[in-house]
Amino acid sequence: MATRRNFLPLAGFLVCLVGFVSYFFLFTLFPVTRDVPWANWLLFAAGLALAGAGISRAFRRPEIYRGRVLGPILGGLSVAVVGFFLFMTLVASRQLPGAPDAPKVGEKAPDFTLPDSQGRPVALHELVGPGKPWVVLIFYRGYW
Amino acid sequence: MGISADPPEVTREHLSKTGWTYPFLSDADAAVIRRYGLLHKGAGVDGKDIARPAEILIDPSGTVRWINLTGDFRVRARPEEVLKAFDKLSRGGMTSPEPG
Repeated sequence: MATRRNFLPLAGFLVCLVGFVSYFFLFTLFPVTRDVPWANWLLFAAGLALAGAGISRAFRRPEIYRGRVLGPILGGLSVAVVGFFLFMTLVASRQLPGAPDAPKVGEKAPDFTLPDSQGRPVALHELVGPGKPWVVLIFYRGYW
Repeated sequence: MGISADPPEVTREHLSKTGWTYPFLSDADAAVIRRYGLLHKGAGVDGKDIARPAEILIDPSGTVRWINLTGDFRVRARPEEVLKAFDKLSRGGMTSPEPG
């Protein structure tokens, strides 16, 4: 009797891949899915369950299903994708130094003069003063 | 205003790509970033010093009134959070005995 194709490990891997990529293109746009990436965790759980089911049936019922070689490979890749995502979001993105010397609330903001994107100098002391609006300073890591 | 360690050319390109319209300053040698205690040493490409993310509200007297220092660069203050902090502070500021 011919054995059947076993699509589950591939489907599981693809779901894990979608779970990875969708964070950066979709879920990071919304605060509710950005700060805690639960939507991606759900996709990963579904992907790993599919891959697991596929691998399991390839080994338990080899007379019916194929995939004893490709199944574990795709399963391993799925785990690697999930592991990389968890590393990036739980470890790498938190590698920030503390800022004990940052200005405290109530302190004067240190003055500076820096060029803007057109090269024109911008001085903080010219932006503040009676009747002027508040200033929002946003420090970025850069490298767009 | 945004500040990063990128040169003006890079910033200019980024602004035209994103459509952001607020002023964006270049602190190429990270001197101001260091003065603000926000240096992330060697974290940039080729070990360049860059800023750790931070958002600061400064009132018209030049005083820091609110600062947000995230511990995770995925999770920064959103514009509505900054506006909320500003609303609260600017309302409270009218009754507080501020010099000047």
